[in-house]
Amino acid sequence: MTEKLHQFVEALRNQSPDWVSDVIDALGEVTVFVPREAIVDACRFLRDEHKFDMLADLCGCDRGPEEDPRFEVNYHLFSTIHYNRLRLKVLLSEEDPVVQTVTSVWKTANWHERETYDLLGIQFKGHPDLRRILLPSDFDGFALRKDYPLRGFEPYSLN
Amino acid sequence: MNTAVENPAEEVNPVDPALETEMTLSMGPQHPSTHGVLRLDLRLDGELVTKATPDIGYLHTGMEKLFEYKKYQQGIVITDRMDYLNPLGNNLAYVMAAEKLLGLEIPERAQVIRVLMCELQRIASHMVWLGTSCLDIGAMTPFWFTFKEREKILNIIESASGGRMTPSYFRIGGLMMDLPAGFDNRVRQFLDKFPEALETFDTLITGNKIWQSRTKGIGVISKEEAIDWGLTGPSLRGSGVELDIRRANPYSGYETYDFEVPTEPDGDVWSRFKVRMRELRESQKIVRQALERLKPGPIKADAPKVVLPDRDDMRKHMDALIHHFLIVAEGFNVPPGEVYHPIEASKGELGVYMKANGGPKPERVHFRGPSFVNLSALPVMAEGEMIADVVAIIGSLDIVLGEIDR
Repeated sequence: MTEKLHQFVEALRNQSPDWVSDVIDALGEVTVFVPREAIVDACRFLRDEHKFDMLADLCGCDRGPEEDPRFEVNYHLFSTIHYNRLRLKVLLSEEDPVVQTVTSVWKTANWHERETYDLLGIQFKGHPDLRRILLPSDFDGFALRKDYPLRGFEPYSLN
Repeated sequence: MNTAVENPAEEVNPVDPALETEMTLSMGPQHPSTHGVLRLDLRLDGELVTKATPDIGYLHTGMEKLFEYKKYQQGIVITDRMDYLNPLGNNLAYVMAAEKLLGLEIPERAQVIRVLMCELQRIASHMVWLGTSCLDIGAMTPFWFTFKEREKILNIIESASGGRMTPSYFRIGGLMMDLPAGFDNRVRQFLDKFPEALETFDTLITGNKIWQSRTKGIGVISKEEAIDWGLTGPSLRGSGVELDIRRANPYSGYETYDFEVPTEPDGDVWSRFKVRMRELRESQKIVRQALERLKPGPIKADAPKVVLPDRDDMRKHMDALIHHFLIVAEGFNVPPGEVYHPIEASKGELGVYMKANGGPKPERVHFRGPSFVNLSALPVMAEGEMIADVVAIIGSLDIVLGEIDR
């Protein structure tokens, strides 16, 4: 079921062995761990050479303050030609949650990255318009982080 | 009063030199044609829009945060409130992601009912789109006709699930309960009358000269740009890309149904309108096929530790009672892993990214709302158009702010 997807992973490896740090094949989906320095190049390579012309989704995840690396950014690539899906994953540490933007590869990344910045505080270097998108611009903190309480801090607290 | 700063607003937002000849207009968030609480920051040169910046977040309720504090089965209720015109689609995406993590096999009957209900919901959702997008441009009459049809579907959904706007009908592992007696007759009655309604819409709207001149050539987005901006669903098919997740990555048995994927080449408001009108006919076809396939059988997966037992079993079997107590009180554990499950909702690709950590609550749930992505491409379509056409373009994208802001 996932043989086809492994071909793309092999292609990535052949292009540059540094781009693939780990591969997980589970539940019919393939996840490729990409070092954060290589994400833009890997995305551009997959878009140009392997027809992954759409970024279906981009989302961040907080593994919790005790984990290191703490954050992950998931890129869900999709092809409108061969209909395969591939997940790229970048791991980021708490001290330096910065990754290059992929807005130069897919324009749709713009709002996804703004949302990830807004809720998790992950910075996307080179983003044309990195502002908060869902929360008010004067909001303090990053609401989706695990150490942010569900009911919030003052003045937005519901307690 | 502190007079040191004369105009604090000017310091924060210095006046743009371009504003000598242009003006800015804040459209919304209470504007009736923004379909909820969307604010558009428009920059105008006369009546021409030179720049459009959507401002969202007015409906943000932190649903993705809430998922992390709720058990898997409690999350279903939250999904109803996202795209409130297509709640069954949201239910389906969420439960299918969880089922993928659990590795559950869903019985045939449950899959057929899911398809049937989702297609009915798609018709209902398109009815709201049709009525409101006509209303935006100034045609009030179609609204009453479309909402009449929608009402019939909501009654059908209510008869099965008990809820009209918030059905929560799909459960992890199957359905809440089986269809009520006489359900297929209700659906058939609706289907028999529906082609008549479609004809009414065609005479009222499709053949209407004013409607055509308001929509043709407006808000054009090219095929390449549409893909680049991540448009999905009817908005993408209106630009001539034949992409339907029901065909591309089939789920719930869609690969066995016979239906067409309508596309239109021009990428304007008129194309997106025509795609949705043709989709209504396709959905109707799928509902009919699903009705034919409705055979008696189980509606829940054979997984006693995940699926709530029937009431009858609970009275007779000790283990069913224990399972019921454990599922309700503690929830069920989902093995660690992560999935991204896309479905074709009425507005486009609705994807759920779900990450499990082995406990009864998910570590992360992320919804890729089609409206969110489609709206982000609005500036491409709106810039260079007249301000009155911005309203038509928003209508043609069929956005729901509940899903955008989550």
